[in-house]
Amino acid sequence: MSHYDIVVVGAGHAGTQTVFALTAGGFTGSIALIGDEISIPYERPPLTKGYLADSMLSDELAFRAEAWWAGSTVERHLGTAVVAVDADAHTVTTEDGGTISYGTLVWSAGGEARRLPTPGADLNGVHVVRKLSDAEHVKRLVATTRKAVVIGGGYIGLETAASLRKLGIEVTVVEALERLLQRVTGEDIAAYIKAKHEGEGVEFLLGTGVSEILGEDGHVTGVQLASGQVLPADLVIVGIGLIPNVRQLADAGAEIGNGVLVDKFCRTTLPDVYAIGDCASFESDWVPDDRLRLESVQNANDQAKAVANTLLGKPQPYDALPWFWSHQYDDRLQTAGVLTGYDSAVLRGDPATGKFSVVYMRGDTVAAVDAINNVKDYAQAKSLIGRTVAADDSRLADSAVPLKAFVTESQLA
Amino acid sequence: MGKIVYVLPDGEQVIEAREGESLMQIAVQAGVSAIEGECGGEMSCATCHVWIEDDWAAKLRRPSQDELDLLEADDHYTDESRLGCQIKYSSAIDGIVAKIPG
Repeated sequence: MSHYDIVVVGAGHAGTQTVFALTAGGFTGSIALIGDEISIPYERPPLTKGYLADSMLSDELAFRAEAWWAGSTVERHLGTAVVAVDADAHTVTTEDGGTISYGTLVWSAGGEARRLPTPGADLNGVHVVRKLSDAEHVKRLVATTRKAVVIGGGYIGLETAASLRKLGIEVTVVEALERLLQRVTGEDIAAYIKAKHEGEGVEFLLGTGVSEILGEDGHVTGVQLASGQVLPADLVIVGIGLIPNVRQLADAGAEIGNGVLVDKFCRTTLPDVYAIGDCASFESDWVPDDRLRLESVQNANDQAKAVANTLLGKPQPYDALPWFWSHQYDDRLQTAGVLTGYDSAVLRGDPATGKFSVVYMRGDTVAAVDAINNVKDYAQAKSLIGRTVAADDSRLADSAVPLKAFVTESQLA
Repeated sequence: MGKIVYVLPDGEQVIEAREGESLMQIAVQAGVSAIEGECGGEMSCATCHVWIEDDWAAKLRRPSQDELDLLEADDHYTDESRLGCQIKYSSAIDGIVAKIPG
């Protein structure tokens, strides 16, 4: 049985960045990185964007070149899933029956894209876009695809829809809720993005469930809605969320909620087991009396750094400001802060110009800012989130007043 | 193949560069850890902030307003500030010196 001082399970953004932060920080112990995908650790955000629609190649997605890995002492166990954790024995079991023991375990196993529970969901041509292998499949199919149906009006679904339109494919987006991006942004942004897609020729069916995926000879031919309507399709993309990969920790006795529960140092309730990234539910100062589980690069990266610092003997609570971006057509959406539980939204600028932002207030405190093609507001918002703004909405709504002006006001208030 | 000189607080790293790749991509792939490139070049993070001296800067395309807007909000902003993700390597800038703030 091999032993490592640190075993990192999950070679996505969070796990890989943990390894980088440890090596950059001069960690001298042994490290193993275990991941269930065979590919060299890579970035996911381009999978629905540049990789799918443009000429970007899979080796451009790699976090670091093979030469870096070859020159490091980190041992990679790729193409290997961890099926069990024994927290008392400090071991993990891999799917081939091997056992690896650890001093510290960092669980960064992310999540699986949620699959449709409807009949026909396993037909050829029905895909999620979570992993490189998913995106490779979709990329191979697009040359022969005329009509695509995207199920799910969140960021993954919409980014994919934009990429497919760019390739000249007819796209219909089906969303079960009454509006797009319901869980992640406000109405002004959702309306703008919907109009943008419609201008590019995407059709939307909102407030609509899917009853069955139809097929012939094992390949998808259409999507049947709850209403009975059938949408012909030779490609179906399913973007309906993520299920955190925490079963192994749950079986080991860890406390689980929406993801595995961790404290401000990313510690689970198991000894010497940390959890970070998409699968971790953490206490956050950025939302009142609530936990957060964030599916974002920022969160993965900053939690990785937090854990690495703790393991390097420099523990600090994780309290990084959440931020996020999406890219659809030529539009750049950037978010700073967390929109959970805001009371009011102040629009800055005119959506018709294609450049505006929305400030979300929790009481008189700035909770979050969404910016469309407005890097200035996004960049300045980063110093404004969490501060009290003693200004009336009309001044905040005046896009001629830079957001950084309110930082000064809030300090004086 | 040419090269880029990254100047860090604790010394220089000279990295081989391929035509068309950005100063951010080249540094990240090689493991120049002071350049993170968290957002992958989407102008959302400023973790590829570099300082380029005037002689080299004169050979580059000028920064876009978006690039300046992001940089101006960064603590280390100066007249020499650029985002590494917005500078594509070409033989015309072989040997360019990129200083990493901090």
